[in-house]
Amino acid sequence: MKYICLGYMNEEVWETLSESERQTFMDDCFGYDDELRQNGHYAGGEGLQEARNAATLRWRGGKVSVTDGPFAESKEQIGGIMILEATDLNHAIRLLSKHPSLRLGRGGNSWEIRPAFDLTGFIEDSKRRRE
Amino acid sequence: MPNIPEHIPQLVGEIYRTRSRLVFATLIRLLKDFDLAEDAMHDAFKAALEQWGEKGIPSNPLAWLVSTGRFKAIDRIRRESRFDSLEQQQIWQTEATPPDASRLIDKAIEDDMLRLIFTCCHPALSLDARTAMTMREVCDLTTEAIASAFLVTPSTMAQRIVRAKAKIREAKIPFEVPMEHELPDRLGAVLQVIYLVFNEGYYASSGESVTRVDLSSEAIRLGRLLHVLLPDSEVTGLLGLMLLHESRRPARTSSKGNIILLEDQDRSRWDRDMIEEGLTLVERAFLSKPPGPYTLQAAIAALHAEAVRPEATDWAQITRLYSRLLNINPSPIIELNRAIAIAMHKGPEAGLQQIDAILERGDLSDYHLAHSARAELYRKLGRTNQARASWERALALAQQDPERRFIQRKLGELGS
Repeated sequence: MKYICLGYMNEEVWETLSESERQTFMDDCFGYDDELRQNGHYAGGEGLQEARNAATLRWRGGKVSVTDGPFAESKEQIGGIMILEATDLNHAIRLLSKHPSLRLGRGGNSWEIRPAFDLTGFIEDSKRRRE
Repeated sequence: MPNIPEHIPQLVGEIYRTRSRLVFATLIRLLKDFDLAEDAMHDAFKAALEQWGEKGIPSNPLAWLVSTGRFKAIDRIRRESRFDSLEQQQIWQTEATPPDASRLIDKAIEDDMLRLIFTCCHPALSLDARTAMTMREVCDLTTEAIASAFLVTPSTMAQRIVRAKAKIREAKIPFEVPMEHELPDRLGAVLQVIYLVFNEGYYASSGESVTRVDLSSEAIRLGRLLHVLLPDSEVTGLLGLMLLHESRRPARTSSKGNIILLEDQDRSRWDRDMIEEGLTLVERAFLSKPPGPYTLQAAIAALHAEAVRPEATDWAQITRLYSRLLNINPSPIIELNRAIAIAMHKGPEAGLQQIDAILERGDLSDYHLAHSARAELYRKLGRTNQARASWERALALAQQDPERRFIQRKLGELGS
C-alpha cells in the first residue's frame, strides 16, 4: 500500500542551522532516501521550493483567483513529499521514524503520513459516464 | 451420554462471559476485520448452543469456537459477496490461513488479546477514540453503557467507534503487538487509556455523583488483564496505583455524598486487601531502574496508604518522589502536588510560595484545585480574607456538584 508522506518544515528553524549542520542534514537525509530506494520502499518524491514561491488558486466570484503564497499561512510549510511503499501503517511509521530529518531538524521538521486513496473505482465509473 | 443438553446453555453462557473476548481477538487476526469477527463470534456461540448437546462438547471448546466462527465468516462473505475485488481478496486471505491447532494454544490466544489491546490503543487514533474502542472491543461494554459513562449521547459514541474502525481498516493499522524497541511508547498509549478510564470513574468530571464504580473497576480489570499478558514494570506500577486509590473509595465521601479530604478520612474504612495487593505491586515495580511515572505515582500513593495517621505521613519522601516525577514529566499539576507536599513538610508559607510561582507563570490559573489549595494554606496561616478570596475563585471554577458543596462548606467555616 502507498503512503504519501508530507514533510513539514519550519523555515525559520532551518535558518538557524549552520552550513555544516545543513550539509549533515542533507547527506543523512539523501543517504536514507537511497536506502529506502534500494529496499523498494521509495515510490517517488520531490522537494519543494520555499512557500514564498507558491501561488494558490481558488474559485472566487465566478472566476479563478490567483493569490501569492501557500494555501495556509503557518510557520510550518510542506518542504517535500515522499511516496512510501509499505505493508501497513505501522510499517510506514517504522520506515519514516528513522528519517534523519526528524532527528536533525531541531524540532522544526515533522512528517504527516496519509494513506493513499484508491481512486480506481471512481475513475472507472467516471469513464463509463463520459462514454 | 455424559453431556446432558440442559447443561449446555449454562456452559456456553459461562464460556461466553469469561472467554468470548479471546475468541473475538483470534477471529480478528484470522479475518482481519472487527465487524466480521464480531458477527463470526456470535455465530460460533449460537452454533455451540445448537450442536454441543447433540454432538458432545469438543475437547478444546475455544479452538472449536474459533474454527467454527471462521467457517461461518467464510459463509457470510460468500453469501454477501458482491464479487468485488476487496471481498474476493478477503476470501482468498481467509482461506489461505487455515486454522492451525498449534496456534490455538493459550499463549497464541493471549497474544491475540494483546494485539487487540494495542490495535485499539494505536497512537494514530485520538485518545477519545482509543478509549471508546478499548471499552467496546476489549471490555465488551455496550456502546450505550460507554456513552452514559462518558456523558455523551449513544449516537456520538457509536460514531466515534465506527470512525475508529474505519481508520483501522482504511489506513491499514495492522493487528499486531509492537516490536520491542517501540514497546515503551506504544505501551504508554495503552496505559494512558486505562488511567483515563480509571480517573473518569474515580473523579467523575461533572455531574451529581463523585464516583462511578463501573469505570474504575473496568480499568482495574483491564489493568489486571494487561498485567498477566505483559508484566512490564509500568503496568505493575499502574495496577498498584489504581488499587491504592481505589482502596480509599469507602472513605472518600460521606453518606450524604460529600467529599472527605485525605487527612480527614476514617482510615479504618480503607480496604486493607487492596492496600496489601497494591503495596506488593509497587514494591515489585520499584525494583526496575529507573522507575517510570506510574510507578512513582504509585509509590506516593503507597506512602499515604502506609501512614496509620495523617501526621505519620512521610512528606519529605513524598516531596522527593514528586521531584523525580517532575524530572520525567514536567507538568504544572505535578508541581502543584509537590507544592502541597512541601507545605505539609515545611509549613504553609513554603507551599504558598511554590503555588504562587506556578500561578504567576499563568499555568493553572483556571484550575479550581490550585485555588482550593491556596485557600487552605491561607486559612492555616490565619489570613482569612485571602483564604475567602481563593475559595471564591475556586467555587467559580469548580464544575462538579460535590466539589462545589465542599467549597461552600469551607467558605461557611471561615465565618464572615
